Amino acid sequence: MKALRSRRKAAPGQLSVRPVVRADLDAVIDIDAAVTGLEKREYWQRVYRRYGIGARGERRWFLVAVIDGQVVGFLIGEVRDWEFGSPPCGWVFVIDVDPRVRQAGIASQLLSTLNASLRRAGVRKLRTLLARDNTLILSFFRSQGMMAAPLIPLELDVFDGDAQAAPSNAAK
Amino acid sequence: MRLQINTTLALYSVLEFAADPERHIPAAQIATKYGVSPHHLAKVLAELARAGIVESVRGVGGGYRFSSNARRMTLMDVIQLFEDFDPPGSHRLDVDAGAAATPVDRALDAVLSEIDEVIKATFSSITLATMLQLVGKQQS
Repeated sequence: MKALRSRRKAAPGQLSVRPVVRADLDAVIDIDAAVTGLEKREYWQRVYRRYGIGARGERRWFLVAVIDGQVVGFLIGEVRDWEFGSPPCGWVFVIDVDPRVRQAGIASQLLSTLNASLRRAGVRKLRTLLARDNTLILSFFRSQGMMAAPLIPLELDVFDGDAQAAPSNAAK
Repeated sequence: MRLQINTTLALYSVLEFAADPERHIPAAQIATKYGVSPHHLAKVLAELARAGIVESVRGVGGGYRFSSNARRMTLMDVIQLFEDFDPPGSHRLDVDAGAAATPVDRALDAVLSEIDEVIKATFSSITLATMLQLVGKQQS
């Protein structure tokens, strides 16, 4: 931890962003566990298989930020075609930085790298979805220039066949 | 949602101060810029000072200056000093305050509370630093 703390003031040149490799997975799992309080090893192994070793030509990115050879953050994003009625659009659905080295521009660098990849892929829009009480990450994305998308997320409690759950026919 | 005049004035003032944190700005200068009475503005600035967002500077060249962290303070932090947000269950026509809430009351309350939550989340996600970036984009 002391070593990581000392990196807080690291020169920007020491930070690099690259595609994930299998050897990074333990660090990714540790950072996620530190942020969420829950270790999800099997989940991350599935994510790695899907996004870390995707076939060529698939527009998916599992990026890690590295300082002095140590993974300090990661981001996962992809291009989704024609979902939600939208032309091909970039989505970032995971971004995490080791809490001990925040405020050093690491997440900005990760997002900037994804942006560059999206531009090269001809994509001109990047979206994400967050819990509205996640003000820390919401504020980060806002600081990067993100504004509300013209979408409204909806959800439904799924009941197990109870008559109570059936919508009323009164309006039909 | 329409913000009250005091809230809008507070946001204008805080952004003025946050844009140049080292500078002392006389209240009269802000009052003139936004066409409001110095007396009216003084009440707003006093509230901001009580909250620790600005601090008064006495003497020649005095006024107020920013005393917070623009990268951490959100629009919501300022707005909630001046606006009351209705808690869930409070959106109801005052036709009969003593009467029990009807199913229509409760359904309307659910929809209006949903809108309130989105508004609060939006204000809570935008820091003063981000707001100043947006202002800069509008100027360019």
